[in-house]
Amino acid sequence: MPVFYLEIIVVVLGLVMLMVDAFVKLEDKRHIAWIGVLGLICVFFLLFKVEWPTTTESTFWKFYDHEEGTRGFSLFYKGIAVLCTIIVLIMGAEFRGVIQKYIAPPEPGAHPQSGLGEFFALPVFACAGLMWMASASNLVSIFVALETVTITFYVLVAYMRRNVGSLEAGVKYLILGALSTGFLVYGFTWLFGITGSMDLAEIKTALASENVNVAAALFAFGLIIVGLGFKVGAAPFQLWIPDVYQGAPTPITAFLSVASKSAGFIVLLRIAGCFLSSAYLSEKIGAVLVVIAILTLLYGNLAALPQKNFKRLLAYSSIAHAGFLLMALASPPGKSGGLNSPAVVISFYLGAYLLMTLLAFLVMTAVRNTQEDESVDAYAGLARRSPFLAFALLIAMASLAGIPLTAGFFGKFFVFKLAFENGASWILIAAGIIGAAAGFYYYLKIVASMYWAEGDDEADSISVSIPSKVTMVLLMIGILVAGVVPNAILSLLG
Amino acid sequence: MSILEIIVFLPILAALAIGFGAPARFTALGAAGINLICGLVAAGTAKFTDIEVGGFSFVHESSRPLLDDPELALAFGLDGISLVLLILTVIVTLAAVWVSPAEIKIKGSTKLYYTSSLLISAGALGAFLSTDLFFLYAFHELALIPTFLMIGVFGFGENRKRTAWTITIYLGVGSLILLAGLIALFLNLGGNTFDLATLYETASNDVNIPAETQSWIYLLLLVGFGILVSLFPFHSWAPDAYADAPTPIAMLHSGVLKKFGIYGLIRIATPMLPAGAEKWANLVLVLLLGNIIILGLATIAQKRLDRMLGYSSVMHMGYVFLGVVAGTTIGMSGAVLLMFAHGVSIALLFALAGSLRDRFGSLEFEKLGSGLGKTVPKLGLLFGFAAFASIGLPGFANFASEVMVFFGAFQPMEKGDSLGFLQWAAIISLWGVVISAVYMLRAYRNIFKGPLASPEPRAADLTWGERIPVLLLIVALMLIGFVPEILLKYLRPALESLTLIGGGG
Repeated sequence: MPVFYLEIIVVVLGLVMLMVDAFVKLEDKRHIAWIGVLGLICVFFLLFKVEWPTTTESTFWKFYDHEEGTRGFSLFYKGIAVLCTIIVLIMGAEFRGVIQKYIAPPEPGAHPQSGLGEFFALPVFACAGLMWMASASNLVSIFVALETVTITFYVLVAYMRRNVGSLEAGVKYLILGALSTGFLVYGFTWLFGITGSMDLAEIKTALASENVNVAAALFAFGLIIVGLGFKVGAAPFQLWIPDVYQGAPTPITAFLSVASKSAGFIVLLRIAGCFLSSAYLSEKIGAVLVVIAILTLLYGNLAALPQKNFKRLLAYSSIAHAGFLLMALASPPGKSGGLNSPAVVISFYLGAYLLMTLLAFLVMTAVRNTQEDESVDAYAGLARRSPFLAFALLIAMASLAGIPLTAGFFGKFFVFKLAFENGASWILIAAGIIGAAAGFYYYLKIVASMYWAEGDDEADSISVSIPSKVTMVLLMIGILVAGVVPNAILSLLG
Repeated sequence: MSILEIIVFLPILAALAIGFGAPARFTALGAAGINLICGLVAAGTAKFTDIEVGGFSFVHESSRPLLDDPELALAFGLDGISLVLLILTVIVTLAAVWVSPAEIKIKGSTKLYYTSSLLISAGALGAFLSTDLFFLYAFHELALIPTFLMIGVFGFGENRKRTAWTITIYLGVGSLILLAGLIALFLNLGGNTFDLATLYETASNDVNIPAETQSWIYLLLLVGFGILVSLFPFHSWAPDAYADAPTPIAMLHSGVLKKFGIYGLIRIATPMLPAGAEKWANLVLVLLLGNIIILGLATIAQKRLDRMLGYSSVMHMGYVFLGVVAGTTIGMSGAVLLMFAHGVSIALLFALAGSLRDRFGSLEFEKLGSGLGKTVPKLGLLFGFAAFASIGLPGFANFASEVMVFFGAFQPMEKGDSLGFLQWAAIISLWGVVISAVYMLRAYRNIFKGPLASPEPRAADLTWGERIPVLLLIVALMLIGFVPEILLKYLRPALESLTLIGGGG
């Protein structure tokens, strides 16, 4: 099956879901989510069956990356997008009660779940955009894919339309997102102006030639980093993250923090790669990246310390992890290949990040079903109310904090190894160590709250649906296995 | 599946089984018991003639490659040093799991209590047995979260939450510094493999790390390991943590886990960075004197038995460092043997202190009163044994090993040499023996001897169930005390090969 069928299948799947929502009378609209989950599971397995083109004459392949060397990466990021969407749909099904409360039409007689169907269909469309982004090798296709995703997110973030927090998050995301898109497009036009091409491979050659206009190229990179920095949550473009993450519906927050971030990183890897391979630019671009990485590491980790709201804490944690990813990107590449290349390290980190972050959000969704409160204190005594959820969250937090024998540790370990090996600046490494140390505190704060607090013995135990439970168990196994056998993730990179 | 893999993974599997609902105390005791037997079997059947694999036994059966570039493997092996620590760990684990579970009766969740103890034990075993630098580090961290939970949930005293945070952050930061040092070392040794045997070879043959590089890497490792082992002035987490921790955690942490820091220095830092070790030797001597003299005096000033034991445990680490710095085979052997002796004796003291707390509700000397030897004669007698062992009276393993450490410090002297810094440090350290006699004997006299307070406190003496773990530890101490050769014969060849590798001591 040709590789680009994957995106087509996903788009058709989304359309089917919309049609079912419109024309089939369903008592429980959760079934739409199950259609999506099953469809995407099929797509996930199809990822291992794709064929690559033998002739690339047609114009289409100019927009779709098919290079021998990067095929594994494209598929890996497509896989991340699909897996993430599957889990987000399962989370959404669990979360439906909360969504319903804020979108149910006030007039009597309407379907109580009216409007829920789109909540499950939209992430599938976003998934198609994310998958395309993983293969986009042309400024035009990058931009279109990016906007497909972002516009879907504008809707999803503000989905709980009778909830002020969600609306506020939606408006913030819309305004700042549109602004950053503006920067990005402007950067792209400059890049086109300098190199005379939209194709990344040609841009790379043009930037490496000696008559490149360094000042203009730097300016273009500055504009692009503003736009992409916004998407991945790099300081100083991270200001929207805490508010939007806190206000958005929890499954969408998870989607934003994993899928949107990893898609942002693959684009950043591709574009920054063009600049870094140019002898005239690499030093200055590297310095910019180092500064951004240091700022992101310090801001994300230190600002997370005093947080009292769990969701907001995870928002800062997402910034912090972006910091570690940028640290890998900013380590000037030395001898290439394997774990010495930033691309491999970043991909591994994102794979691990997917496992642990989605596990944390799954637990959060389950807890949110029984109580409004999202503060850290609300998790007090969770170990007694639901030992299973507490243990799942314990594993997620241990991995996020980077405790050995979890996937998160290997992620950080590879980043630090890369930084040392490639002679990254001491300040960058020190910022990384400070960040990791701070992480111990704010992640373990959750653990302490769950296990130490006397808690409310009267509170009900929390019921978790079977699909959520199965997903949590799979994610836990994934975290622990990848924590001992890193090849579990690395081999997927091809 | 080799016997070493069984030893490391059995506690983890047992912890999982408890999580799924197996009877907690029974499963934990079973796992610890089987591990004790396995440990002794492994020690008995180990072959140390195989020089090709760097002196590790069992390496071939228990190596599972995980990555090719860099070479990473889940590999376990046994040499003389890890053998001593293996025996220490399995003995202390059994005793720690066995000791009185009075604190869980108060606060519930036996599951958490026993799984945490088992995981700490598994972490220590994995760290001591790994022949892969990565897993040597990674296993040690397995203990971090269980310790955090146990002190916070089952700990004693008002400040237990604060204490749990202090130890976790302190050790977390220490581990990060250590990790930075280990990565630097790994990259300077070629960065192709984490296998210890290959790294030794590289360190001795192909790569000569420049002395300057060695010196800063060694400093990182010294600070990292030093924090873990509570080297002065990085000790401040330890006394509080041991005082506030529930009994088995205090036993496992002070008895076993803390030894990881020294183990790392002997196993990694000193042989791989000989020039670095030489450069910082004098600094370490000054710091270890801080441990022995300053913290020794601080120990005398303590008003609570548990804090006194915590300080004494930190203080005794000074002697171990002295043996390591001496760098001679006899000094190093003494250091490793002292790790064993101190581990068993401090676990013994914490176990008995736990029994005292269960009976009298407090460990403050003033509240405990005096003359308790009349109320609980057997507890008193056993405490006496433990105190004598800790001071280092002949007949206990502590004596044999401390003597070796002091001899080791004087061994490098030739006839007619004047005393060097090392020898002066050893002479000053000798006063530590007097200090420990002062606080131990004073504590023993205050609590167990003298007139009974009125009204007479009533308490049951140790039951047989409580006596067994304590006797196990005492027997181990006396056995090694009378026949240290049981362990020394394994230590000598292992240390000699390490010292040679390091280019002489």
